[in-house]
Order: sequence, then C-alpha cells, then structure tokens
Amino acid sequence: MKVLVAVKRVIDYNVKVRVKADQSDVDLANVKMALNPFCEIAVEEAVRLKEAGVASEVVVVSIGPKAVQEQLRTALALGGDRAIHIDTEELPDSLAVAKLLKAVVAQEQPQLVILGKQAIDSDNNQTGQMLGALTGMPQGTFASKVAVDGSSVNVTREVDGGLQTVKLQLPAIVTTDLRLNEPRYASLPNIMKAKKKPLDVTTPADLGVSVARTVKVLKVEAPAERSAGVKVASVAELVDKLKNEAKVI
Amino acid sequence: MSRLVAERDLEFLLYQVFGAEQLSQYPRYSDYDRESFAQILATAKGVAEDYFLPHFQQADAHEPQFDGSTVTTIAALKVAWQQFADTGLLSARQDYEHGGMQLPALVHMACNAYFMAANPASAAYPFLTSAAANVIRAFGSSAQQQLYLPAMLDGRFAGTMALTEPDVGSSLGDLTTKAIKHRDGNYRIKGQKMYISGGDQDLTENIVHLVLARIEGAPIGVKGISMFIVPKFRLHEDGSLAARNDVQLAGLLHKMGYRGTTSTVLSFGEQDDCHGYLVGEAGQGLSYMFKMMNEARIGVGLGAAMIGYRGYLESLAYAKDRPQGRAPTNKDPASKPLAIVEHADVKRMLLQQKTYVEGGLALCLLAARLVDDHEANHDEDAGILLDLLTPIVKSYPSYYGPKANDLAIQVLGGAGYIREYPVEQLYRDNRLNPIHEGTHGIQSLDLLGRKLWQHQGRGQKLLFQRMQATLQQAQQHSQLQPLCAQYGQSLQKFMHTVLTLGQTLQQGEVDKALANSAIFLDVMSQYVVGWLWLEMAQQALASSSADDPWLQGKLHAARYQIEWELPLAEAQLPQLQSFNDSWASMQRDWF
Ligand SMILES: Cc1cc2nc3c(=O)[nH]c(=O)nc-3n(C[C@H](O)[C@H](O)[C@H](O)COP(=O)(O)OP(=O)(O)OC[C@H]3O[C@@H](n4cnc5c(N)ncnc54)[C@H](O)[C@@H]3O)c2cc1C
Repeated sequence: MKVLVAVKRVIDYNVKVRVKADQSDVDLANVKMALNPFCEIAVEEAVRLKEAGVASEVVVVSIGPKAVQEQLRTALALGGDRAIHIDTEELPDSLAVAKLLKAVVAQEQPQLVILGKQAIDSDNNQTGQMLGALTGMPQGTFASKVAVDGSSVNVTREVDGGLQTVKLQLPAIVTTDLRLNEPRYASLPNIMKAKKKPLDVTTPADLGVSVARTVKVLKVEAPAERSAGVKVASVAELVDKLKNEAKVI
Repeated sequence: MSRLVAERDLEFLLYQVFGAEQLSQYPRYSDYDRESFAQILATAKGVAEDYFLPHFQQADAHEPQFDGSTVTTIAALKVAWQQFADTGLLSARQDYEHGGMQLPALVHMACNAYFMAANPASAAYPFLTSAAANVIRAFGSSAQQQLYLPAMLDGRFAGTMALTEPDVGSSLGDLTTKAIKHRDGNYRIKGQKMYISGGDQDLTENIVHLVLARIEGAPIGVKGISMFIVPKFRLHEDGSLAARNDVQLAGLLHKMGYRGTTSTVLSFGEQDDCHGYLVGEAGQGLSYMFKMMNEARIGVGLGAAMIGYRGYLESLAYAKDRPQGRAPTNKDPASKPLAIVEHADVKRMLLQQKTYVEGGLALCLLAARLVDDHEANHDEDAGILLDLLTPIVKSYPSYYGPKANDLAIQVLGGAGYIREYPVEQLYRDNRLNPIHEGTHGIQSLDLLGRKLWQHQGRGQKLLFQRMQATLQQAQQHSQLQPLCAQYGQSLQKFMHTVLTLGQTLQQGEVDKALANSAIFLDVMSQYVVGWLWLEMAQQALASSSADDPWLQGKLHAARYQIEWELPLAEAQLPQLQSFNDSWASMQRDWF
C-alpha cells in the first residue's frame, strides 16, 4: 500500500510572528522555518504504517519555492521513501493546493493520503476536506487513531463531543490531530541517508493546474495588545463589567 | 526561545566565527552542508529538551540507590539514554566504516551543548561511553574493537574511565591497582578505584571499565602504568554475555551535585578472579588515556560553560519578570516598581554572566574547530595550538561557570536559594568541574610547566599570531579601536611576563616559577577570552545592523571583558613577574 503525505514549510512554532510594515503579510525575512507540526505527525503516522508492514512506500509532497526541499528532506529523514516538490514561487491558497494534490493523487494512486489537519501559519483547516471533495475520496479528519483493516481504514476522530470512529473505504484521506502520535527525532544516519533519496521536481504547469489565488488578502494585522487587567472590588462589580463593558453576558 | 542556549548565539559561533560550513571542504566531512548540520542540531535539541531536561530536577532529588546488590536509577534516565543512542549520537564522531557518521567535532560539540545545559548528570553516561569507545578505537586490538565497540556505540554497553583510587587522585603515577599475568595470557586485576562515574547502573546490560593498573614487576611511576579493559560481564567470542566478572560495587558516594550520575567505589578482584585485557602496549596506559582525553577535557569545559549558560538564561528571564524597587532618583512610593533587570547592579550581574558563559562557549567551540583542523585536515599547527589551549579550555569555564551560577543565584535573591528554582542545583552541579579531569591546580601546572614550552614554544607563537590577526581586523571598526588599543598594550605586558617565567624555568628554578601557576592560568585565560571577545565583536559588527539589540549585547560584553576583567588580570602581572612568594614561603606550622 502506498501512502502519500503532504507537508508544508511554515514559520517555526517557537518564533514570535511579526507583521510586515506595509501590512501585506507576515514578515518571513530571516525567520526560522520548519515542518508544520501537524505534517510531522502525518509523516510519523505513515512511517509507522510502513514499519508495521501495512504500507509499502511513503511518498512526501510539498508545494512552494525551492526552499521547501529542506522540509521534504526532513520528512525523508523521518522515514519517507521519496519526495515530490511542486515548484512555485506563487504561494497557492488552500483550493489551489488541493487541486495540485489531486493531480499528484491521480499520478501516484496512493491508497491513503495523510495531511495535517491545518498548517500553523494560516490555520485554515481546509486542504484535506477540499481534496476529499475534489477526488471523491472518503475523509477522516482530526484523527487521533488510524487503523488500516484490509481494504478499509478505521479513523478515530476528535470531535467536539469526544471521539468518533469512522470506517472509510480505501483509498481515503486522513488529516491528523495532535494526539495521533508523538513524532520521533530523525537519527543522524537517517538525516544523511535522506540526502540520497529521490526528490522529483515538477511544476503546477506540468500538472495542468493554475495556482492563481482566488482569495485576496486585504490586510494583515497583529492582534491588539492585551491591555492591563483591573482589580474589581466585588462580585457585583464584576458582573456589571461583564454585562456592560465586555458585553459577554 | 530555547531555555538551553540562545540559538542565534550558537549559530553565530558555528557559522560566522568558526566557519562550520567550510568544514565540508575537508574530505572527511564532504557529505555535510549547513542544512544537514541544522537538522542534526534540531535532533540534539529536541532529544535534550524532551528527554533530558524534564528530569533534571527529579534526578537530583532522587539519587541512585544501592541496596547492597543492585543500583536503581530513575526510569526517565533509561528513556533518555535509549533516545540518545537511537538517534546515533553515541557514535556520531566515529568513521563511516565503523558505523559512525564522521560528524565534525565542532558540530558535535554544539549538539553536546544542548545536553549539558539540559541535564549534565544524565548526559554524563553517554559522554563517558563515547570517550571510552574512542580510547578502544584508538589503542585497542582489532579483536577488542570488534568485541566491545558495536555494543558500546548502539547503547547496549556503557563505558567508564577508572583512574582514581582512594589514596591516589592527582598523582596518578603513584597508583597501586595491580595486574597479575595469568597463564591464559590475560591479566587478573586487583585493587580499589574510587569516584568512578557510571561505575555501576541499571541502564545497560554490561559496563566496560577502562582501568589503569600496574603490571606486577613494572617500574614505579607513570612508566609502569598500563590500561586494561575490565568488563562487568565477561563476553563469549560472539559478543554474548558470559560469567559475571569479579568487579564489585563497594558503595555509592553521595555528592553535592551531579547527583544523577552514579559515583562509585569499585573493588576489583576480591575473589582473585577479575579478568582484565591489556589495551595496546604495557606501560602506555596513562599516555593513551591522556591522548584520548583531550575531547573529554573540552567536554568538561563545555559542560561548565553550558551549566553557566543555562543559569544565565534562567536569571535573565526572572530579572525581566520580577518587579522590585525604583530608580535611585525616583522618590515616588506610588510609582510602579521597576523590573529588577533595570537596576544597574542587576545589569552588572547579568552582563558578567553573559560574558563568562558566551566566552566559555566560544572557547570550547574554538577547541573543537582545532580538533577538526588537526584531525581532518592534518594541520599540525592546529594540533599544537589545541595542546596549548586545552588546560584553559578545561579550566576557564570550570572556574567562571560556577561564578556565573553564583551570580544567577544572587539575581534571584531569596528565590535563588530555594529548590523551587533551578539555579541552586546548577551551582551545585557546576562546582564539580574544577575538580575532576585534573583539578584547577593540576591544569595550571600543566599549562605553565609544560604546554607553554612544548614544540619550542610554537603554541605560544601561534596563539599570539592569532591574537594579533584579530586585533588588526577589529581595528577596522572605529567602535572597537579603544578596546583594541587597551587590549594590545595589555597583551604586551602579558607576553613580557611569559618571557620572564620561561627564563626562570629554563634556569632550573622550577619551584619558584611554578609557585603561582593557578594565578597564571587565570590571568592567561582572561587574555585568551579577551581575544575571543574582540573576535566575536568584530564578527558581529560585520554581520548585523547597528540597531540590532543582539549586536549591542555583544559589544557590551566585549567592553566588559576588556574594561573590567582584563585589568584585573593585568593587575596581577607584577606579582607573577616578581615571583611573589606570600604563600609559597608559608610553613605548615604558620597556618
Ligand atoms: C563527581 C566526581 C566524579 C569523578 N569521576 C571520575 C571518574 O569517572 N574516573 C576517575 O578516575 N576519577 C573520577 N573522579 C576523581 C577526580 O578525577 C579526582 O577527584 C581528582 O583528580 C582529584 O583527585 P583527589 O580527589 O584525590 O584530590 P587530590 O589529588 O588529593 O587533590 C587535593 C587538592 O590538592 C591539590 N594538589 C594535588 N596535587 C598537587 C600538586 N602536585 N601540586 C599542587 N596542588 C596539588 C589539588 O589541586 C586539590 O586542590 C571524579 C571525582 C568526582 C568528585
């Protein structure tokens, strides 16, 4: 069984995010970048399936400028077998990403596609669902457990009310939640071996997909600074403030 | 930001100051590039933060226990050990053909920095094992290498260094442990060793002790000392465990700090059946140990610098957060108190720490770079300079790291003295470093009595050349000119002192020349670290913009080093040069 894992290069979760002076975007100049944590969990899950003898090949794919090859090699060091880089300077939005992934799915014919439930840069939480809609494959989002069973997969999902298990016919799509697994650290030998694993480069044009953005970003702003708290003298004052100032009750 | 080390500092030192990327020009390191270094450092950092840091305090509060037959350590330590081994860090420096990764010493040292800051006592087990494996690799027979190394490098066996005895510490030439030739061709070891780190534990299925002992009939003194492999369990030819060897744990020692590492008293040959296997040639034991201990000594310096570094970061975070008091000019009791980081005296304590620990880290990485130049590029001069600097690389951080930890406690005030904050433990842990791997005093004798004059003084010459080269470059930045001028003038005086000491030694007045060796070591360290601060300042100026707060921090630390620390060192030159004998001439009855 072949598993396809989509991974994204994002700002490192330790970095304090700053907005560009012209408010056009987040400032990425000289900022440490990393593999999106949810994607790391996706890679780990695929590698565990391979180690368990369930998967036979793990293919990782990423979309973006040449720099995303760094994250692809990280994914290879974690145990991916080969990588596909869809080379584009233009950063596509979720729908274009889903269309590109659909084209890769058509080429690779994986039985399972694993994605992070969201990327920590824009937190959209869309791509997996859109890919499901475009390909017609069943989807199990926010997975905290994945168990392949013959031609189907049981996915335990984290939903508001607790856990829900769905049984999906393969080929299927899974998006990962935080509790699915604890990703390993790449060992030194695997980091060096990853440099020699195949990494194919293709383009949106090769895949016949337009990456023109359909969503326009008007302005990016930092959240308002939290103002200092005040001490209230009584419960009555607190209730009053909640009602009349915060307007939450 | 990491709680263990400011990553920007580490990257600055690696890539800007010590040129890690250029190492891939050496054939041994040609597979590496910056990206692979970054990935390896990310693994080291992750394992250190996730598996070593969380039980830093727990390992201190729950010392290893010995019930008379077995030792018990905390469970988290076993997980940490296994993670360390699984990521390939134990064998990172070994050759590819031996299952290693040929990782440059410079990058390896940076990886180790994370572990030392996270939990030095737990890191001691893998570090000792790597060091012991290095010795066997360098001097063991190929049969010994095949038998022991694979298991030591994948984490099944651990290693120790067993030199010290109850009655013999600094003066190893006097050691008494015996090796008796047996008719099976091997030896039987008999004697006691003390303070042996990791001498017993419950992490690994076997322990490989490297024991220094005297073969029966061998001469007294250093020349009679040989090295033996003494496993806890003997091995069958296929490497599987055979009988328990006759080496017994006599007891655990209870320490001030570093409590997570077992410190053992070991009894060899109580039943006259402790099998030992000679390593290399008889009589070479001590020289083998010292040849391979160079990296271990740099490792001690690194540990001291990083325990200091961690204390600096802890106290800095506290100082930014703790409101207390007002500026001396502010008499308004209703005004908001300042965070203590705004008080001049707290800034002093923070800047002192910053200067000591970043200077110490730079020193250790310099040494690692010299290891690479020497070993991977066969640069003889790098080896000579490294030899000269090793006592300083071991001792400067060991002396100033605990000072930094002392200041960290002071920054926290009462909070610094209680166990709810980590700085008191950091101090206790760090206090070991001037004692083991050759005490401060012994290092100073080595520096002044030997290292300065080896190779006809070529090490000195190389060092002074490098200092001058830095001065020339730093002078191009007008901001650094006053510091360069002060340093340059002071350096002349220091060189003059070195000359005087050298002449006195040459005239055979050895006791007189060496009487103030520890002061000399401290003074020379300040000149070496002063040089590194000028180098860091000029590299920082060359690679960052003027309004960058990070750059301002570097420039101020350089200023502190040259304007405060260096004059303290310089003030002692007259006493050194006149062979002041206030203590040397004391008689024991006058105390
Ligand atoms: C926690 C810990 C871990 C250790 N781990 C190991 C280990 O794994 N393996 C191992 O073999 N050893 C180990 N040691 C032992 C350590 O290396 C010795 O303690 C050290 O070498 C000093 O020896 P000593 O304790 O006998 O002190 P001594 O040699 O008695 O020294 C006492 C004092 O006298 C000074 N002094 C001694 N001789 C001279 C001299 N000739 N001139 C001037 N001053 C002198 C010393 O500088 C020191 O200040 C460890 C020690 C500790 C505390």
